[in-house]
Amino acid sequence: MNTSNYLEKKYSSAPLAVFRIGFGLLMCFSIIRFWFKGWIETLYIEPSFHFSYYGFEWVKPLDNYTYILFIICGISAFLVAVGLKYRLSIFFFFLSFTYIELMDKTTYLNHYYLISILSFLMIFLPANASFSIDNLIKKRSYLQVPKWTIDSIKILLTIVYFYSGLAKINSDWLFKAMPLKIWLPSKFDLPLIGENLMQLEWVHYLMSWGGMFYDLLIPFLLLYKPTRIYAFLLVIFFHLFTKVLFPIGMFPYIMIMGSLIFFDSSFHLKIISLLKKIIPINFIKSNHYKIVEIYRLKKPKFIVSIISIFLIIQFLFPFRYLLYPGELFWNEQGYRFSWRVMLVEKVGSSVFKIANKKTGSFFYVNNEDFLTPFQEKQMSFQPDFILEYAHFLGDYYSSNEDQVVEVYVDSYVALNGRLSQRYIDKNVDLYNEKESFKHKKWILPLKDEIKGL
Amino acid sequence: MIRKNIILLFFTSLLLVNCGGSDDESQSDDIAPIAYDRAKMLVHWADKIILPAHSSFKQTLIDLDNSTKSFVAVPNQSNLDDIRSKWLISYKSWQHIEMFDIGKSEEIYFKSKMNSYPAFKTRIENNIMLGNTNFDDVSNYSSQGFPALDYMLFGIASDDTNILNKYTGGYDYSNYLTSLVNKMLNSTSSVINDWSDYRTSFISSTDNTASSSVNKLINDFIFYYEKGLRANKVGIPAGVFSGNPLKENVEAFYNKEVSKDLLLNALDSTIKFYNGTSYDGLSSGPSLKSYLTHLNSSKDGSTLAALIASKLETAKSQINMLSNNFINQIESDNNKMLVTYDAIQSVVVLFKVDMLQAFSINVDYTDADGD
Repeated sequence: MNTSNYLEKKYSSAPLAVFRIGFGLLMCFSIIRFWFKGWIETLYIEPSFHFSYYGFEWVKPLDNYTYILFIICGISAFLVAVGLKYRLSIFFFFLSFTYIELMDKTTYLNHYYLISILSFLMIFLPANASFSIDNLIKKRSYLQVPKWTIDSIKILLTIVYFYSGLAKINSDWLFKAMPLKIWLPSKFDLPLIGENLMQLEWVHYLMSWGGMFYDLLIPFLLLYKPTRIYAFLLVIFFHLFTKVLFPIGMFPYIMIMGSLIFFDSSFHLKIISLLKKIIPINFIKSNHYKIVEIYRLKKPKFIVSIISIFLIIQFLFPFRYLLYPGELFWNEQGYRFSWRVMLVEKVGSSVFKIANKKTGSFFYVNNEDFLTPFQEKQMSFQPDFILEYAHFLGDYYSSNEDQVVEVYVDSYVALNGRLSQRYIDKNVDLYNEKESFKHKKWILPLKDEIKGL
Repeated sequence: MIRKNIILLFFTSLLLVNCGGSDDESQSDDIAPIAYDRAKMLVHWADKIILPAHSSFKQTLIDLDNSTKSFVAVPNQSNLDDIRSKWLISYKSWQHIEMFDIGKSEEIYFKSKMNSYPAFKTRIENNIMLGNTNFDDVSNYSSQGFPALDYMLFGIASDDTNILNKYTGGYDYSNYLTSLVNKMLNSTSSVINDWSDYRTSFISSTDNTASSSVNKLINDFIFYYEKGLRANKVGIPAGVFSGNPLKENVEAFYNKEVSKDLLLNALDSTIKFYNGTSYDGLSSGPSLKSYLTHLNSSKDGSTLAALIASKLETAKSQINMLSNNFINQIESDNNKMLVTYDAIQSVVVLFKVDMLQAFSINVDYTDADGD
């Protein structure tokens, strides 16, 4: 009863429209920025080998056609912003963006994953109900949309913040101020605060605890009207500050824009009227289309169940690490796609030994022969990367002659300032191990304990 | 109401920022900044290590040049012995500057021109025949510098009498020998001359960016230890990267007897740089080691600084157990070479993983976003 009541609730269509415009423009800009930085070339076209997600090995860069993929992605982002053929555009954006992210997991970032799932969610939301070119084409604009469509975005953002706060509840973060104790002192070149504040231990602790409370509380402070405006100012401060400290690209802007969804419709209507002043007025004059009170979804039940399943998965998926034994930060089984943002400092060195099965002779591989420095860096401390690369090397060296090779790795990793220790069992022939969702027994356990969630 | 609150908040935060600002100023007046003084470290590196090492190296080349002149004028056994000994002194001295691949050195491919081995024998013979070699051509990198001199002084014939015959039989060999030494001297002079200007920008570039002096030199240092020392001097000849030993790849292949000596010099220069020992060995100053100890970013921080120092000593004692002649060592018991390699390699891990983590420096420049 309550549920159906809730599902019947309506709200202004303005928040979705503003969200759509903000999202589309930021994405379009991100794609252009990515292109101009030359990253399409250096991250996707130049490397001869790419690290794939398990099950998505078929998703590979398309040589020079990769540029076309980015063009499709950029244009569809722009079309989303202006609301032209919205549903098709956001669908293409979701597809092209997700394809790009799946091409090489070296570049995995939590906020790329956020963009992927957010754009998936947006496929089902009537974000073009008002202030879109679609309104002009269909000659109708809608004042209200089902309230849950707006709430679904709020829920997703709440998950992102809250879960990244939960992840910080661990002994390294809170009681050793790690890794901020490593990261902040290295910012000695910041004006004013670099030489002194960033070097102070209590500042490291303050920022660790502050970061945890910020992540845990901010969604609720945004949801609660009396605290909303202060929470939003805090959002701006927090994200711009982290932007100064860390190379996190577009992420701060995406989160600042995203937080606007928590505001009341009056705020969004103001933004829209402001935009209307900037954009040629004639074009959007209301006599071009009919104003309809309520937007009705075509298959509400179907869409509600898809979004419900989607959100339930989002609630549960980050906890899949509980299914694996051992230390999560060390083994990284169930680490990604779980809002563990800027959480650990991990560096590794992994050198591979190719041994001839018959003669027992062996040699070591120069990683630079196959990997870019970025790929080598990421590979060196992540077990699934190490395994995939070992198989690539095994295939490569056994295809030369009809010889049978074994692939071993000499791998050392340091986590959060601990001394490095051997990471992978050096006696395990990785060429003989298969990738799966099962526990990787050949990861040597961390010789320490990190308590917490 | 809300607007009022915003204004209030704005002014409060302004006040806070101001307080913070004045706090900072008073702090920097009263207490020395708490960050590690990288500028001081750079000054120490430049004035007490890099520049003295370079000028001392240049002096060895001037001596070598003089001996070359005498030898070319009178190619007899005693002059041959003399030029050979000057070559060795200079080659050992070179081991103390190869790691500083920064500024002019990097620009003119100094280390590639001075020490690319194995020497390209046929190319050298070809150059001698044709005359007028362009030493700036990439394809001539392995036909100049110390490895080429090694060939010219020890490898062009089977014994000393025949070697001397090559120099008395015409001017071709003498000319090439002279031009090799000239090129080395010229390159070295241009590097040293450039340092007089470069020093200013070198010591002021203390940022934590990919192009700052500190980060570049630390990356150079690790790169040198990993490639120039570990791989070139031990790993490649011992067959670590190829499966079977490649003894013709040892350093000073034609002399045969000094590979270990050169390696020990290289390791010594590494240890001295890490510890911040001045080139003359008489004083010490800020260093990677003291930087690590200062950061003490983890409980293990001081342990790490000491661990690296002790592992470097372990590597040294492993090297000491090898034969002077690496070709003999590889032929008789290559396993000792491999054990030595492992001892050297264990420090690579500590440098690249633990030390870089503590400094929060990337292994070379990786341009991409993080999150």
